[in-house]
Amino acid sequence: MRRIRTLTNLKDTVKKGGCGECQTSVGNQSCENK
Amino acid sequence: MLHLYKNNGYNIVLDVNSGSVHVVDDVAYDVLDLLKDREGDRYGRESRESIIPVIMEKYKDESVTEQDMEELFGDLRTLEEEGSLFTEDTYQDGVIDFKQRQTVVKALCLHIAHDCNLACRYCFAGEGEYKGDRSLMSFEVGKKALDFLVENSGSRRNLEVDFFGGEPLLNFDVVKQLVAYGRELEKERDKHFRFTLTTNGVLLNDDVIDFANREMDNIVLSIDGRKEVHDRMRPFKNGEGSYDYIIDKFKKVAESRKQSKYYVRGTFTRENLDFVKDVLSLADQGFEQISVEPVVAGPEEPYAIREEDIPIICQGYDELAREMLKREKEGRGFNFFHYMIDLSGGPCVYKRLSGCGSGTEYLAVTPWGDFYPCHQFVGEEQFCLGNVDEGIVNTELRDRFKMCNVYAKEECRKCFARFYCSGGCAANAWHSHHDIHKPYEIGCKLQRKRIECAIMMQAACSDGEF
Repeated sequence: MRRIRTLTNLKDTVKKGGCGECQTSVGNQSCENK
Repeated sequence: MLHLYKNNGYNIVLDVNSGSVHVVDDVAYDVLDLLKDREGDRYGRESRESIIPVIMEKYKDESVTEQDMEELFGDLRTLEEEGSLFTEDTYQDGVIDFKQRQTVVKALCLHIAHDCNLACRYCFAGEGEYKGDRSLMSFEVGKKALDFLVENSGSRRNLEVDFFGGEPLLNFDVVKQLVAYGRELEKERDKHFRFTLTTNGVLLNDDVIDFANREMDNIVLSIDGRKEVHDRMRPFKNGEGSYDYIIDKFKKVAESRKQSKYYVRGTFTRENLDFVKDVLSLADQGFEQISVEPVVAGPEEPYAIREEDIPIICQGYDELAREMLKREKEGRGFNFFHYMIDLSGGPCVYKRLSGCGSGTEYLAVTPWGDFYPCHQFVGEEQFCLGNVDEGIVNTELRDRFKMCNVYAKEECRKCFARFYCSGGCAANAWHSHHDIHKPYEIGCKLQRKRIECAIMMQAACSDGEF
């Protein structure tokens, strides 16, 4: 990957997401259920 | 969907639907620019035969070989196979059923005082009164609100209560009583309250600061930046500026909280489009948690941000990002609310698509106990959802807010920022278009710029410079 530097998959959060324990806000918050 | 942009010498590629971010050189950037709208096999013979000669011609002085290009196409194919490039949006088609989704109430904004000791020119609450009469929330109303929150929070443990106004410290005794009541409820009902306080600082004293440091997870201190800017917009009712009265108190709060769990929060208008000077003024005063945000006002207001102001504001955001990187390098960095972005973690896709939850998970409560979707709807009678005695009465309105998500807004469905913005602010949409599903365009343009700057800063910070 000579021309590409990867900095950092939302699909992974579909199955285990949605618990709603996170803080009311989106770009900088964290998940509180990990 | 890819979003490609250049900022501060970085070529950045955001794979919108996965959240992956890549920094690429000029050759890869140009190839991706040609590939991004291409249908079918992006890396097949036809694609290569049309793209490679164009790129080799453009970079003929930089000895880019055909072998280089083959290698690059191979790398891009690998990234796509790994799910970090050209990812499809699979959330839209029924993965998340917003209509059937069970929502609970998890946060309240308590309007503890519809009264204020300042007369800020841009206040959407009209000197704290929200188009109504001056009023303070009683302990009884606040207690019913907390009971409602706990009863309607389902299995959610983390609950939030904002003490807001007006100026909440005009009703500080009730704030203290409600926090004490909340702590009792925590034990009885196995809940955790996260309290926050927003203040203009006029009534801050050692007792308030000690209490806030014990009980408030976050405290928001309203200050606009430079003294002359602040005093022009945030005078006392007799016209005198309030800057000198609050600045030392705010410094004391910031230091006593060890420079965390607070924000100094300012508003900029078209009267100070050089708002970067206000941000840096706050940083130079020693504040490390800073937010300075564009005013939300009707277009008839002389200080409202206009479409024509966007280029100069965006230029300011670029300048701010560069200055923040410079200061970070010098060991005197600070946080800017809109540039804080979590690229590798962050919330799940449900949260990213549904945003703040106003009107469903989050409600504002007036001093007399009426519920509104959020503090910016208070005073608009048609948005009254119910009250602390009867609960949510207007379920039709609640369900309209429940459907407030990225896919309900045509403009958002095709926007690269949708997973970092969540479809914008319903109140801004209402105040600009009288439609909670039609985003406020000026806000969108500024939000997109801020996200670009925030990602660029992450690229710079991971560049071995720091």
